[in-house]
Amino acid sequence: MKSLVAVLTVLAAIIAFWYAACVPMNIKGVLDQAERAGMEVTPATAKERRDRGEIGLVVNNTFAIGDTWVQERPRLPAPHQVAVELWETTVEKKITSKRSLIYHAQVTLSATLLGFAIGTGLGILLAVGIVHSRVMDMSVMPWAIVSQTIPIIALAPMIIVVLYSIGVQGIIPKAVISAYLSFFPVVVGMVKGLRAPDAMQLDLLKTYNANTNQGFWKLRLPSSMPYLFASLKIGIAASLVGAIVGELPTGAVAGLGARLLAGSYYGQTVQIWSALFAAAILAAALVALLGLIEKLVLNRMGVRA
Amino acid sequence: MYDMKEQTAVVEARNLNLTFETNDGPVHALKDINLTINKGDFVSFIGPSGCGKTTFLRVMAALEQPTGGSISVNGMTPDEARRNRAYGYVFQAAGLYPWRTIAKNIKLPLEIMGYSKAEQERRVNQVLELVELSGFGGKFPWQLSGGMQQRASIARALAFDADILLMDEPFGALDEIVRDHLNEQLLKLWARTNKTIGFVTHSIPEAVYLSTKIVVMSPRPGRIHDVIDSTLPKERPLDIRDSPEFIEIAHRVREGLRAGHGDD
Repeated sequence: MKSLVAVLTVLAAIIAFWYAACVPMNIKGVLDQAERAGMEVTPATAKERRDRGEIGLVVNNTFAIGDTWVQERPRLPAPHQVAVELWETTVEKKITSKRSLIYHAQVTLSATLLGFAIGTGLGILLAVGIVHSRVMDMSVMPWAIVSQTIPIIALAPMIIVVLYSIGVQGIIPKAVISAYLSFFPVVVGMVKGLRAPDAMQLDLLKTYNANTNQGFWKLRLPSSMPYLFASLKIGIAASLVGAIVGELPTGAVAGLGARLLAGSYYGQTVQIWSALFAAAILAAALVALLGLIEKLVLNRMGVRA
Repeated sequence: MYDMKEQTAVVEARNLNLTFETNDGPVHALKDINLTINKGDFVSFIGPSGCGKTTFLRVMAALEQPTGGSISVNGMTPDEARRNRAYGYVFQAAGLYPWRTIAKNIKLPLEIMGYSKAEQERRVNQVLELVELSGFGGKFPWQLSGGMQQRASIARALAFDADILLMDEPFGALDEIVRDHLNEQLLKLWARTNKTIGFVTHSIPEAVYLSTKIVVMSPRPGRIHDVIDSTLPKERPLDIRDSPEFIEIAHRVREGLRAGHGDD
């Protein structure tokens, strides 16, 4: 109960700050409209207002404050505008409609999940190799780290162009970008996890004359599970970012990335923000789902949560 | 007095040396160790930190390689003995897998050694009974006290019925009351199974109470200072620790430890 109050307080503070920020952000647009509608505005012309500070404009034109929250194309849409847009484009639209966020989210989600599966599989395989082979440890790990230093926004168009030129398009290029971002946390986490058993545990297996295979399946892999899930949570969020970024350079017509792009072309800030929120909600849902699976798996393994 | 029947050597160390190369130069962990452990012996290794008692146990288990001299276990090299699964090893920490139940933990060596499911089941029940943990097979380690966890780890070492049991301060992390109880149980278990036991400890009463042979070691370089053959009977109730014999042996051990410590 206490924590609920705390959470709601933080939420209320964020929303209050957001509403407050809308006022100076949107005041110029509101005043321009008011001037055109023939209302008295100080200063009177857009030219004069251009170089004035937003706060001063708000103080001189307090009548306009209410209008900063209901603009059609605000610089910063108010929370309720985003909420209404989200509601209209999810609940009130058929999911087959091109204007339905659920439709777009599902396009992005399928690329995310495919990329996540590829990235996770690749990450685990690399980690197993790195832990068991010193050569792989020394040759793969540096490249894996370097791969993550290249900005994905620069690399994504290249991946798409290269794959397109060999005839691969559609969901695959997006999934490849997702995989590119999500394999790394899995490699790092799994290497750490597979190396988690201490010297005593390894000595114990040695006294049983266990082979490497048995050591892997009976000790290393189960030991790595908590690490794996921590990595998967980062990986799935990275996958989603990858899928969205993968939709930007292609001028894709479907997906949350396409929605963001279209919104920015046409100055539809409300649409951009609602797409952003849809992405955030989707990411949160995916992470929460993984958290649930983690709990089930670790419970089944008898590890006290 | 315990019987003087024909005794066969299980472990024989001759002029055993082990030097660790470290950044600060060589460390002489074991120097000229000569020791014979007979079948059915309960041998305690006692001494201050750095005297090599754990290292010697690890050499017997082929977890460390000696740099000089010779050692045989069951007439083989330690590594051959390890591959023949000649010994069970109990570490200071129970080291049970948290994701396995107690029964599944005890099955771990049996799975690795390829016992059949039915045989695994039979042996788990047998060793659980031996360490008085019957009925706890389905529990997870965190549901058990520290002493019970350590008993489970002993059961795990007993499960594949190796002749030799090597124990590295198995009760070191437990409080004294629990330790007394486990010592008593260990003696009973030893009497029932007739295993050869190598036991590393810091505690003089523990060493005297348990052992047929007490090896007093001293540090820098790690070496054997004294080997005491116990005159206590094999049957040992806890209150034997108040007997003059017990006190005399304990005194000799203490003297040995003090002398070994004095010359560094």
